[in-house]
Amino acid sequence: MRAAVLVFPGTWSDRDCEWALQQVGVESRRVWHRDAVRFERDELIVLPGGFSYGDYLRCGAIARFSPVMEAVRDHAAAGGLVIGICNGFQILCEAHLLPGVLMRNASLQFRCQDALLKPESAGSPFTRALDPERPLRVPVSHGEGNYYADDATLDMLEVDGRVAFRYVDAEGRATPEANPNGSLRNIAGILNEDGNVLGMMPHPERACEALLGNDDGNAIWESAVSSLVPA
Amino acid sequence: MPVDDHTLDQVAMSRAEYERLLDMLDREPTEVELGIVGALWSEHCGYKHSRPLFHHFPTEGPFVLTKVGEENAGAIDLGDGWCAVFKMESHNHPSAIEPYEGAATGVGGILRDIFAMGMRPVALLDSLRFGPLTDPTNRHLFNGVVAGIGGYGNCIGVPTVGGEVQFDESYSGNPLVNAMCVGVGRTEHLLSASASGPGNPLVLVGADTGRDGIHGATFASVELDENSDERRPAVQVGNPFLEKLLLEACVELAEEHGDWIEGLQDLGAAGLTSSSVEAAERAGTGVEIDVALVPRREEGMTPYEVMLSESQERMLVIPKREHLDEVLALFRRWEIHADVIGTVTDDDMVTIRDGDEVVARIPVNVPTDPPMYPPEGVRPSELDRWQAEDLDAVPDVADPTGALLELLADTNIASRRSIYRQYDHQVLNNTVVKPGGDAAVLRVKGSTKGVSVATDCNGRFVALEPRVGAAIAVAEAARNVVATGARPAAVTDCLNFGNPEKPDVAYQLEQAILGISDACSALGTPVVSGNASLYNETPSGQVLPTPGIGMLGVIDDVHRTLTATPTEGDTLLLLGAPLAQPAAALAGSQYLTATLGRLAGRPALDLDHEAAVQRFVLDVHAAGLLSAAHDCADGGLAVAAAEMCLAAGAGLDAGDVELGTRLDAALFGETQSRFLVAVSDAAAVADLEGRAAAAGVPSTRLGTVGGERMRLGPVDLDLEQARAAYDGGLERALAG
Repeated sequence: MRAAVLVFPGTWSDRDCEWALQQVGVESRRVWHRDAVRFERDELIVLPGGFSYGDYLRCGAIARFSPVMEAVRDHAAAGGLVIGICNGFQILCEAHLLPGVLMRNASLQFRCQDALLKPESAGSPFTRALDPERPLRVPVSHGEGNYYADDATLDMLEVDGRVAFRYVDAEGRATPEANPNGSLRNIAGILNEDGNVLGMMPHPERACEALLGNDDGNAIWESAVSSLVPA
Repeated sequence: MPVDDHTLDQVAMSRAEYERLLDMLDREPTEVELGIVGALWSEHCGYKHSRPLFHHFPTEGPFVLTKVGEENAGAIDLGDGWCAVFKMESHNHPSAIEPYEGAATGVGGILRDIFAMGMRPVALLDSLRFGPLTDPTNRHLFNGVVAGIGGYGNCIGVPTVGGEVQFDESYSGNPLVNAMCVGVGRTEHLLSASASGPGNPLVLVGADTGRDGIHGATFASVELDENSDERRPAVQVGNPFLEKLLLEACVELAEEHGDWIEGLQDLGAAGLTSSSVEAAERAGTGVEIDVALVPRREEGMTPYEVMLSESQERMLVIPKREHLDEVLALFRRWEIHADVIGTVTDDDMVTIRDGDEVVARIPVNVPTDPPMYPPEGVRPSELDRWQAEDLDAVPDVADPTGALLELLADTNIASRRSIYRQYDHQVLNNTVVKPGGDAAVLRVKGSTKGVSVATDCNGRFVALEPRVGAAIAVAEAARNVVATGARPAAVTDCLNFGNPEKPDVAYQLEQAILGISDACSALGTPVVSGNASLYNETPSGQVLPTPGIGMLGVIDDVHRTLTATPTEGDTLLLLGAPLAQPAAALAGSQYLTATLGRLAGRPALDLDHEAAVQRFVLDVHAAGLLSAAHDCADGGLAVAAAEMCLAAGAGLDAGDVELGTRLDAALFGETQSRFLVAVSDAAAVADLEGRAAAAGVPSTRLGTVGGERMRLGPVDLDLEQARAAYDGGLERALAG
């Protein structure tokens, strides 16, 4: 398996994602949003964090029109793996590859801090190898990560097991204090219907080395890798 | 054309300076020429009052790669082919009237200084000063500045990892906003900002040019007054998204195609004027610019406005002519405008045309030769009064635990978390020690090394005794990086003072520069870059003299970084001056200032002792004896100990230490050159004490880290109570 890390104007987690992928032994290439590109079937597409187009309009609202998004859509439709982190999650929502929207943080301020994530979905390649009883410590860094969707959509996500991660406290409880941005039902990440597209606000690529604090984020990449390696 | 006073005021030029210009030109200047010279002769660009003192600074060292003032920032060799460039710069006046954009463009400006040298910016720090948060105007300025720093830094994806903020009445209405940036890269990718090679094109890249920021350099060179709000049009507006593209394009140019270009220069104060003239001066060439070729964002701009615009996010590239097309293509791939606007010439002249019409033509060395005014300082009379105050007459502290709780909640000491959690401090995956420690530590990818960075300055100490106070700022910044296990390497400074034409301010400036020089010489940390911001005055007075120091330290093995977080069971020791201290140790301290409500005392520093203590800490860390280290600074020993306890989530068992006759001085006195260190086992404690005795560094055992309460002499503090005071202090003050 290898990974294609997309670069939109204003993306800044591209190098961090490549660095983290390197820690788990995944080769990657960076793809500029205007490049004519063909993704391989077993390629993991990463939409990294950043401020695409400065987030001057709604976050992700312009990037979703980037030429590369056509190929991302095709890849997702064909069952290929796509992960959107932070601004990447926002772009996936704007592109309607994932439901809901990310609004301004309830605090009305940017938040950069560690969050604890409880893996909740056993059904996706990104989360299959994670232990639901062991929350991951992964940093968030965003001003607009407040997940919102109508009740019907939220219920559907819950019933279908598409809530990938929830913000929790040390005891694994989804409390308001554990929620850094006011997301409904403490949702930190969600999956599409087929489980092959994941959007999450926290930055697993930042939790990739003990030197920087911890390497909890690597488990997500490793889970994705193991799903693609023939048994 | 006979020039009236209003025209001269517009460019902050005195009549005498105008006469000097007439002599140099031997004719009347044109409007554009006057604008160019006025901007470059302003204090902000020309350093008329500070440059005559810069020769005092030690600027050389075995690892210094640049000469001060020759490039946009100072560069030092980290070893193994890696180098770090760094600089700190002020954006005080713009932030006073438009805090969000003032602070944001301050960040944008210092970033450009770094990537203009071909280095990737890896860290931002901000040294901030405001008036007390009890005043709603100060809260507005504070909130705006913090939001502006975050707005720019978060968007561009460079982590804001540190800095400091202090509050004092003198900064009311004239906040200090000093931004520092550190860049890292391979030494062979270092670029110069010179316009070499006559015949090479001048290419302007980035934003279109508008009317924003005209006379910004001039505005920064006068005192703020009740009409300053009218200067709002002189404040620029930032576009961090565009700067992100510029950054990537410039770093790509440096890393992959350095051979395509002769020079790269940012456009800062005085815009195209200063960037082109300075680049020509560095190269010993001339420049010819056609303002008609400069892309505008507004209709009807005059050549004067184009040359003096301070529109942000612009760079001047000087490609080798044979690589022009490739350079233009590189920028356009990053979706950035790039236009040829002129040529490097060999006539040593600055020639500005508007199409066919020549609107300015003067020798390069006229605008680059501002008049110099060596400060004529007179020692302020209040110094004697302040220093003579009998601190023995101040009643000793009655409730030490209560006093400590108050200090922990004080806006000058309380946790800064509510600020730095608004800043992305982790992007780029290098942040080893996050904000909240003594210094921030960043790993250098591709090597084993780390850089440790801190800013510091206690303006009260500088006010009380400028030379000593400024030396303390350097010493403390060095101590901060030493506490992370880094060897202090070099300094950038940002000299924030009042009006230098006033004798007392001139004295502060002169003495502070001498003090910085004393300390930098003693600690072996040359000054490699800097900035002066003078005229920091409002109608109610001048700011505390604040020569901000940015210190960069080097860690050879970043996996051996030290933090201020001890482990339960560690023994805590004080290194440096012993526990019992005379009342004089309270001089200028946070405790005394809060107690008396005024400045008093005479701060003291022994630089040889300082250097010895710092060396000792590094030596014992190298020997593997330390589990944690923390600088003993604001709030004294008791606050430093409490901060370590809070970091560890554990108390301290040091109730039986002997604190002498002045409890306040022992607990809260800010005696210099001290560290608290944690050591994990008895053998290591004995080893450390033996080495301390041999090195002549006093060491005192305090007690064991652990339990729920911090006991230090008579102090008996509940940790949760301490945490509530410390964590919430700033937010409570901001709530008004």
